[in-house]
Amino acid sequence: MKILIIEDEVDLRETIKESLVKEQYVVETAGDYTTAFEKVSIYDYDCILLDIMLPNGNGLDLLEELKKMGKSENVIIISAKNALDDKVRGLALGADDYLTKPFHLAELNARIKAVLRRKNYQGKDLIEAGNMVLDVQERTLTVNNQNVHLNKKEFNILKYFLSNKNRLITKTALAEYVWGDNIDQADNYDFIYYQIKNLRKKLVDSNAEIVLESIYGVGYKLIEK
Amino acid sequence: MKLLNQSLIYLSVAFFFIIGIWSVIFYFNLKDEIRDSIDDGIDNNRLLILMKIDTDSTLLLQNEFGGNNFKINPIPKEKAVTFTDVFKDTMMYRLNENDLEPVRLFRSAFIHKDEYYRITVISSLVEEDDLIEDSFWSVVTLFLILVVSIFIVNNVILKKVWNPFYDILNQLKTYRLDKNEKPIQINSKTKEFLQLQEASNTLINRSKEAYFSQKEFTENASHELQTPIAIIIGKLELLLESQDLKDKDANTIAEVINMTGRLKRLNNSLLLLAKIENKQFLDEEMVSINELSKSFISNYEDLIDFKEIEIKLEENADLKVKINVALAEILISNLIKNSIFHNVENGDINIKITKEEFMICNTGNPTALDPKIIFNRFVKDQAKTQSTGLGLAISNAICSSYQLDLNYDFIQNKHCFKINFKNLFKTD
Repeated sequence: MKILIIEDEVDLRETIKESLVKEQYVVETAGDYTTAFEKVSIYDYDCILLDIMLPNGNGLDLLEELKKMGKSENVIIISAKNALDDKVRGLALGADDYLTKPFHLAELNARIKAVLRRKNYQGKDLIEAGNMVLDVQERTLTVNNQNVHLNKKEFNILKYFLSNKNRLITKTALAEYVWGDNIDQADNYDFIYYQIKNLRKKLVDSNAEIVLESIYGVGYKLIEK
Repeated sequence: MKLLNQSLIYLSVAFFFIIGIWSVIFYFNLKDEIRDSIDDGIDNNRLLILMKIDTDSTLLLQNEFGGNNFKINPIPKEKAVTFTDVFKDTMMYRLNENDLEPVRLFRSAFIHKDEYYRITVISSLVEEDDLIEDSFWSVVTLFLILVVSIFIVNNVILKKVWNPFYDILNQLKTYRLDKNEKPIQINSKTKEFLQLQEASNTLINRSKEAYFSQKEFTENASHELQTPIAIIIGKLELLLESQDLKDKDANTIAEVINMTGRLKRLNNSLLLLAKIENKQFLDEEMVSINELSKSFISNYEDLIDFKEIEIKLEENADLKVKINVALAEILISNLIKNSIFHNVENGDINIKITKEEFMICNTGNPTALDPKIIFNRFVKDQAKTQSTGLGLAISNAICSSYQLDLNYDFIQNKHCFKINFKNLFKTD
């Protein structure tokens, strides 16, 4: 899988790159409009991460060029602007998703995985791991072809973990993912803990070949057995 | 009151006095004129009678009116010499009217063949009360005709004259700073209206500049702060994943990530507040508050179950309002979220939606909050350190931007927030 990061801020670009390399992707980077334009014209990427404010150009203009080339369907816009019109315009131009800075690396991973799944599974949105299959569209989990019932939040949490296999997800990132961006109350960590506890029990009961490991008490990691 | 009708009222009052004064003066002038001409006629009559006496002395025997308009009575010489002519108004019985009617009377003395006589000539007078009544109704009719014709002239001609004004007014009403609209343009050669157009356009341009510079500032501030925060979070998360960390260090890193998250939320909330106050959320559509409430309740269902809170939604009506969707979502979700997070275990939440109100009550801290300060920025529950203390300030800003009432009440040991959407129903 080949991914292009178009982002002018060096530190952020390198951080994202480091994280994506851990996911075994081939990662290329561009720091300005011209370089980015050259790269997307010559190569094909499975996913493009696109910042809107770029030196010598605007990300949305690049998106327009991509649309002309028929390559805009796997673009994720990464922008500090959450100005509503940019978001709408970006998605109208065919971008697949819009991620507002700042974000957790786990969140970025989940978004990229979603884009890649939609691209590769031809309509079916499935995540497989060991003996289990998570159907994102139908919102069902099967382990050894047996249906396992999950509530809404448990399902979302499991999906998030499966998009970040072997990666540490902090409790903060998890809480934000489960509740959306603007949760600012501490007691929902208890809730997260409770959900994880239930989820673990269901996974053990159904003999799923994955475990949710606690790491330093600051987060969790999904590992295949 | 419309401008046109306002001028009508002023003009009517002015006309009322002008016509009133004029009619009094006119009435007395007319009366004088009539009296003058009657007096002239009587005098003429007397002269004619005196001339006739020379040829027909039987007239001297006419000492009662008896159908004629004069009588002649002999008088002693001494009286005749000192006699002065006199005109006077008096009343006399009239057979046809069976009433006393006003008459003009003239007395004079004359000498005929060395005998002295007094002649009295009368002439009937215009009845004053009839005159007053007739002229009063004429004046009233004149007044009404004037008012009606001014009303018509106002509405037909003046309306046409004022058209450019209403045109400017309408354009200003619908003008949106964010949409890059053309300047206001009217079809008129009237100097005042052109000046108004120019003044409006100058004002619009200035507001536009302020609007865009503020919009740019919020966007830049957002960009400039969000990127470094993104880098901090990313780098710390990578650091957490490195193999040889001590538990204590890992915990410190996690705490910093957590704090950075708070910084991010704080930044987002402040930017949101600035944007609301700068009126950057302008697209409006019909939003069902009932549907919104249901969708947020379902979103927080698991957490509500976890805290074993009992939630009741009472829908007395379908509340639909024209509002920006994003703001409506923030407003309703903030209130519902608060009612969950500031609740106690086994507590309850009651949401009541009526024709024009959304009301949410929840159990929680058993003391009332201070309604004077809870909507201020950075007022927060001391026990909840993670809170930004901006949630209610944002809700309040949203409500004020639509001029809605957001109230807090402590009723039967429950914290109640009530939004009245009445203002959004006014069609004007």
